[in-house]
Amino acid sequence: MSVVSKDTTFLGYRRENGRVGVRNFVVVLPLDDLSNAAAEAVAHNIKGALAIPHPYGRLQFGADLELHFRTLIGAGCNPNVAAVVVIGIEDGWTKKVVDGIAATGKPVVGFGIEGHGDHDTIMRASKAAREYVQWASEKQREPCPIAELWVSTKCGESDTTSGCGANPTVGNAFDKLHPLGNYLCFGETTELTGGEQIVAARCANDEVRRRFTFMFDRYQEVVNRHKTSDLSDSQPTKGNIAGGLTTIEEKALGNIQKIGKMCTVDGVIDKAETPTHPGLWFMDSSSAAAEMVTLCAASGYAVHFFPTGQGNVIGNPILPVIKICANPRTVRLMAEHIDVDTSGLLQREINLDQAGDRLLECMLRTANGRLTASEALGHREFVLTRLYESA
Amino acid sequence: MVEKSDQEAALIHCILHDAADTVAVVVVEGVTAGTPMTGWVMDDDRTIALEARQDIPIGHKVALKDMAPGDTVVKYGIDMGKVVAPIRRGEHAHVHNIKTKRW
Repeated sequence: MSVVSKDTTFLGYRRENGRVGVRNFVVVLPLDDLSNAAAEAVAHNIKGALAIPHPYGRLQFGADLELHFRTLIGAGCNPNVAAVVVIGIEDGWTKKVVDGIAATGKPVVGFGIEGHGDHDTIMRASKAAREYVQWASEKQREPCPIAELWVSTKCGESDTTSGCGANPTVGNAFDKLHPLGNYLCFGETTELTGGEQIVAARCANDEVRRRFTFMFDRYQEVVNRHKTSDLSDSQPTKGNIAGGLTTIEEKALGNIQKIGKMCTVDGVIDKAETPTHPGLWFMDSSSAAAEMVTLCAASGYAVHFFPTGQGNVIGNPILPVIKICANPRTVRLMAEHIDVDTSGLLQREINLDQAGDRLLECMLRTANGRLTASEALGHREFVLTRLYESA
Repeated sequence: MVEKSDQEAALIHCILHDAADTVAVVVVEGVTAGTPMTGWVMDDDRTIALEARQDIPIGHKVALKDMAPGDTVVKYGIDMGKVVAPIRRGEHAHVHNIKTKRW
């Protein structure tokens, strides 16, 4: 009997659009690099407001600009966010982000800096943030069906123990959530290289398979266009290699353990798009940890499973990241980063079913409000994916 | 020979995902040349025995058979790359003797 069934509930915040979050952030969201200082000043003034600075947003164009807007609007729309104050250097693009977030019905307001300066903008934005923080602080958690919890996954600083223990643990948990109607997500397009045929075979139908193959081939073209070697200095990473992973194929075969043994791949989305029905979604995405987790946050996921081997320390400002590790040395040396220790799998002290249940128990506690290791340690990596140079 | 306790005898030194694998993952610290190893085949829950010929760090792989350049290395029962330098059973199998077939 698994720790989750149709009747399982968690305590979440139900938002205006019906989505359920597990955190209650008031975010101060800069549109662009120039607005980081004002956003951070507002978050400094107003206790409980969270600034999420980033380095981009100027002179981007085409698909890269669309991705920028989709990521910022998606982050603002995420149900872990109660309300948003947007600050941009000018009013036009600022309004575009505000309007995108306003579609959810949540409180959102924008401020442009030009013509006002930082001082005046910080004062007006601080007043708005103060009202939002006090308003959000009265929101109450309520019991919600487990199917309303959106769960994403991506692994990082993997080693061979990831494929033996931490990734299959996620796969076991996904196999238990998938029949309950949860929205699930995986990605890391280049990190499927060598195992892409396994993912293709798991696609629910030919249309999903066609979309997956298109996304996979598109990313291979990017690699082939820009590579100066066989990528063995980047994929696997130096950390992967130190941990014993030798080739991209080996890394991919371990990576794919995260989608379990029974899940079908039910849909395919581009970066930071929002899935439209329950099931397991493949999101075309970078394999860099902070980029991928940020894209999951922008797609609307509320909890993230992050298996690691050598000890990636990543977190995200709005998406709680649960770390799973099966490497006994990493668990010993980096204990403060690990939420779920599954190293017992390697010595047959626990089986995969038990490991999956441990992760699901941790997921429910996290959803109910317990801080993850990365949250307690203050990891708030918010990294926007770029497609090409600015104009 | 020193008698081993039951607990030591039960220790899993390395893991094979699939019975067809030609490499296994070392999952304990301190494997050195000459260490007698117990390997666990996850796929069918059997154990095998072999001896390490070299020091192998935790997480790194041990070769389960002699392999020659051009041979395919099998892990998870699937192709994970090609041999680029001769490897003997019990030796450390990594980037110095295995390369990707992609990119």
